Amino acid sequence: MTLNVFMFYLLSATILVFSVLTVTSRKILRAAVYLLFVLIGTAGLYFLLNYEFLAAVQLAIYAGGIVILIIFSILLTSHISHKFKHPALANFVMGAFVALLGSGIVLYTLFNHPFQRVGESGKVTDMNMIGNQLMSLDKNGYVLPFELISILLLAAMVAAIIIAKKGNHKTEES
Amino acid sequence: MIQGIPIYHFLVVSTVMFFIGVCGFIIRRNLITMLMCIELILNSVNINFVVFNRYLYPDQLQGHFFTLFIVGIAAAEVSVAIALIINIYRRFSNIEVEKINELKF
Repeated sequence: MTLNVFMFYLLSATILVFSVLTVTSRKILRAAVYLLFVLIGTAGLYFLLNYEFLAAVQLAIYAGGIVILIIFSILLTSHISHKFKHPALANFVMGAFVALLGSGIVLYTLFNHPFQRVGESGKVTDMNMIGNQLMSLDKNGYVLPFELISILLLAAMVAAIIIAKKGNHKTEES
Repeated sequence: MIQGIPIYHFLVVSTVMFFIGVCGFIIRRNLITMLMCIELILNSVNINFVVFNRYLYPDQLQGHFFTLFIVGIAAAEVSVAIALIINIYRRFSNIEVEKINELKF
């Protein structure tokens, strides 16, 4: 067993265990921290697959940005020591049933599908290639989604500020 | 492509993670926890894209770019969702979906 294989199984075990803990933890701040571990494990998988840029983006945006935002909003809206009640039994059974059924169907289909490789391997994705293709207008260029996502991010920023702004409506005490 | 790891193992990991997210979305009753489950789902889809790109089409970059754009869209989505959650908290003083049952008052 080489180091790569060992690291893959270690990272997958980390991801699966911590995603189960994210869903089942009864303290919300702990759930957020478990989510952080899941995202870091995913970045490790990207490193394992030789996509260094993607792993860096994952670490910076997901682990650095989104989890911090979620933790801030938890601190604004919940009590730290608050523990959730156990979910209702019907809900729990329904969720587990859907998850088991869905994963059974998907795994069955997956293992019956012969995947075959198109194209030769051995190409290293370096930063030059990524940048050129991201900004090119050719057949495999991605300049239009790149510009669209910049507009989307601007719109999301404006919308978030307007929605969360204080004082655009009377605050009702309830 | 990693020597010694078939593509199926990656896909099993991402499938199980996806359905853990779906299960959590059904059983949890807190808005922020549901948001975290959506993050799990998006993340498992990202793993799928990257693995297909690396194992099946290693000389192209399509899956790589899709993952990149999904990460950007997830950031936008989370910022708007958290703004909405904070606004809901200001009006109702809690974020449990069972207790938020009036749309306009």
